Amino acid sequence: MQLAVLVIYLAALLTPWLFVQHQHRTAYMMALVPAALTIWFATHIPLIAGGEILIHEYQWIPGLDISFTMVLDGLSLMFALLICGIGTFIALYAGAYLKGNPAQNRFLVILLAFMGSMLGLVLADNLITLFVFWELTSITSYMLIGFNHQSAEARKAALQGLIVTVAGGLALLAGLVMLAAMAGSYSIQEILGTSEALTEHPLFVGMLICLLLGAFTKSAQFPFHFWLPNAMAAPTPVSAYLHSATMVKAGIYLLARLQPELGESGLWTILLSSFGAMTMLTGAFMAVRSTDLKKLLAYSTIMALGTLTLLLGIGTETAMIAFAAYLLAHSLYKGALFMLAGIVDHEAGSRDVTALGGLRKNLPLTATLVAVAALSLAGIPPLFGFVAKELLLEAMLGDAFHSFIYVFVMVASIFVVTVASVIALRPFFGAFKAPKEQSKIHEPPVAMLVGPVVLVLLSLVAGIIPGTIGQWVTLPASNAVAGNVVEGYLALWHGLNLPLLLSGISIALGLILYKVWDAFRQRLTVLDPIINRGPERGYFWFMDAIVWVAEWQTRWLQNGSMRNYLRTIVLVFVGLTGYTLLTRYQLHWNWDINLYFHELVTVSILVAAAIAACITHSRLGSVAAMGAVGFSVALIFILFSAPDLGITQILVETLTVILLVLVLFRLPSFSNISTTRERIRDAVVALLVGTLIMCLIMITIDVQLFEPISAYQIENSYTLAQGRNIVNVILVDFRALDTLGEIFVLALAAMGVYAMIKFNPDTAPGSNHYAGTLILAEKKLAEKDIIHSLEEIHQKMLEDQNIIAAGAMNNRNAKDDDDDDDESEDANTSSYDNDRPQDDSANSANDENEKEGKPS
Amino acid sequence: MMKPGTIILYTAARFLVPLQLLFSVFLLLRGHNEPGGGFIAGLVAAGAFTLYLFTFGAAVTRDLMRVDPRNLIGIGLFIGMLSVFPAVLQGQPFLTAQWWPIMLPGGTEIKLSTPLIFDIGVYLTVVGATMTMVIALTEAEER
Repeated sequence: MQLAVLVIYLAALLTPWLFVQHQHRTAYMMALVPAALTIWFATHIPLIAGGEILIHEYQWIPGLDISFTMVLDGLSLMFALLICGIGTFIALYAGAYLKGNPAQNRFLVILLAFMGSMLGLVLADNLITLFVFWELTSITSYMLIGFNHQSAEARKAALQGLIVTVAGGLALLAGLVMLAAMAGSYSIQEILGTSEALTEHPLFVGMLICLLLGAFTKSAQFPFHFWLPNAMAAPTPVSAYLHSATMVKAGIYLLARLQPELGESGLWTILLSSFGAMTMLTGAFMAVRSTDLKKLLAYSTIMALGTLTLLLGIGTETAMIAFAAYLLAHSLYKGALFMLAGIVDHEAGSRDVTALGGLRKNLPLTATLVAVAALSLAGIPPLFGFVAKELLLEAMLGDAFHSFIYVFVMVASIFVVTVASVIALRPFFGAFKAPKEQSKIHEPPVAMLVGPVVLVLLSLVAGIIPGTIGQWVTLPASNAVAGNVVEGYLALWHGLNLPLLLSGISIALGLILYKVWDAFRQRLTVLDPIINRGPERGYFWFMDAIVWVAEWQTRWLQNGSMRNYLRTIVLVFVGLTGYTLLTRYQLHWNWDINLYFHELVTVSILVAAAIAACITHSRLGSVAAMGAVGFSVALIFILFSAPDLGITQILVETLTVILLVLVLFRLPSFSNISTTRERIRDAVVALLVGTLIMCLIMITIDVQLFEPISAYQIENSYTLAQGRNIVNVILVDFRALDTLGEIFVLALAAMGVYAMIKFNPDTAPGSNHYAGTLILAEKKLAEKDIIHSLEEIHQKMLEDQNIIAAGAMNNRNAKDDDDDDDESEDANTSSYDNDRPQDDSANSANDENEKEGKPS
Repeated sequence: MMKPGTIILYTAARFLVPLQLLFSVFLLLRGHNEPGGGFIAGLVAAGAFTLYLFTFGAAVTRDLMRVDPRNLIGIGLFIGMLSVFPAVLQGQPFLTAQWWPIMLPGGTEIKLSTPLIFDIGVYLTVVGATMTMVIALTEAEER
């Protein structure tokens, strides 16, 4: 099974190379890989249906209990078949759909990479491996949604999807780690096999919430559903594959996988049922008010995902049977419908159902396929969708849960019938209506049709022989979800009973609603203000808040004043260390001081040099004084027999002085910019640090927390490391990894200095103010801020950079300085103030580029 | 900024720089048993080049060094990393020191070892990093 995943990745690697020679035919070749895998997985059906579980063990990091072990049971087999089976048709479809697109090879690579990741996700037995694949699907999904990266809308939708799913992924990681800590293993099989009751564990609630956050964001559950309709900016094969058939079901998969272990918990039932029902209703409602074919399908996907979650929440055996059947039915008809919607879009030039009509004459096959798939969506016999819907209603009725769920399910069913009718009838019947000319609309190439044909046929066949499909495919999956062998069967005819009645009612009401759909939609516009305040608003609010906090903290903490940084760092250090010091240890003053004369002299020089550095009025003087401080320290090292330290100190000091002298010429002339009050404040801070360090040194002499390691090093320096210089032995042998890290840091520092000196304003940090704004809601620029011509930009730049004006500003600040102490900060940062208008103009210039870029 | 040095500096540098460089190599090699080592030796060598730089200017110093100091950083890091692998090949933990003593005729024993290779890496990185900064600063001034 590891090989199966690997093969897909290898195919992805080979694609660019094949593409050079075979162009769009590469996709057809690549379709062979998932096709072969589908057959391979299909050969396991009898084994798995017999109740066996296939485990392929493979170690990855045994020390951390992380393995590549893969498990094939009913649930993963059903998913694997869906991933590889639909993947085959998607690859074929994409070959024709993106024919002639120069970026098609990139598309295929990412699509295959996604396929491999998704397959890995459903096969993985280890929670960490599962998480790795989980994140890989998020990343590949991001790249696929943003495939048309020239379009700002696609980029924004891609980023939104990424942020929502990856934020959930972070929560998921925390949840998985907690789960493993509670169950004592990262292996899902072992967790499911554990007899410990996790529900009693104190971490249980936190773990559950984290897990659910991950699953809900991935599977677009309310209130995180908003990213999925936006993800329809992706090319249609992606929407069909990732955003209906496979990836969005990853969250559902995880929930189903953990159902046997966590399903007992009351919290699980409540959360899954209520969020599932809410998602189902939201999806159905939003679908009814959409007119874009892909949006209709996307919202009905959300509805289906909600239904699946609800079924897991209900948790009865019937619900488990319904879950697997519904999942399979949905993947079959929704994958087909998306591909067909893509065909309509491709051929007729629009996806808006209100702009389409009468296409059945030009697209007879497409129209038939859509009609059959829509029957399955609406749950009308003899399609498999009907079987699934009957089971759903049965599971709902068998549940002792609140009656509001009945209402939710019924309303959603009615809406779905309406949606299905809209999709099946609107574009194909009535008077001809399409953006393209009638004569130019014709059936698409075979490669695009083969997927829908096969999937629709499967829906039909599965509906006619549900018993067989149930026995071989969905019931083993239900067994895996339930954790035991469920009693039940799939059938088209359950007899005259309540579910059938409800089904009939929903179909009738749905059709009536379809009759008045246009008027109904008009009525619903009343709700627009509320819908606009939906969860997506919350998302934008959150993103705005992040930017606002970042801006605020940059302005206050990172204000560019070196002294501010130092003061903050130093005061935090003094506060925390001083607090620990005073609360934990006592200072003892009881040692006798006997200084030798030469020590006294050294210390006196040190102190005198330090004072001189503080009070001197010349830069060179202060550099020299600091040098004197450094050399005195080196002298102290040597006096206390640490020659290595002494030598290093002298050398570093020398080079520091040299470097300082070199930069001295670049600094403005020496001037007093701080007021007396500020100087006193700085002096206090300095004294605090000095005192703290002194106390620290005294305590290190006084208190011995641990056995010093120097004894070990002295003892073993020659025997183990064959060196008598312990300092060097520590550097290159005992702690060589530290040194290795340090020389890398040194190299980076040198590169940093080099980059700063060879400064290039065009690429300087902060010059691109437009970077990262994709996460925010689109802002309407005021008319006065929009610049329409290059001359205008130039003019504005000249105005902003007016040297006389900037100088005047400085003078004004300097004058304020004398009046008010607090103003002096402004004087220090005045150069930053001056930059700001200029930045705005850069911003507008970028806007301008953005706008100009669009049409091209 | 750098004017040609005085005659004293000029003369002193020509004699001091080779000596200082030689001394840095000496420090590097004795480092394992006596005060010294890659870091100190690197600083001494950097000091030597800086003295040369102050006397003759950046361009001449670049000629003297032959290698761009930026490349020196890379070479140093690479050599440092190289010393990691012998232990891994032996199946021992990362960075475990390996020793290859060689007896020279005359009874002197030379101990070649991965710590020595590592120290040479440190030496080159330190020289490279310091000289990158100093030369960049000087050149920025001369421009």
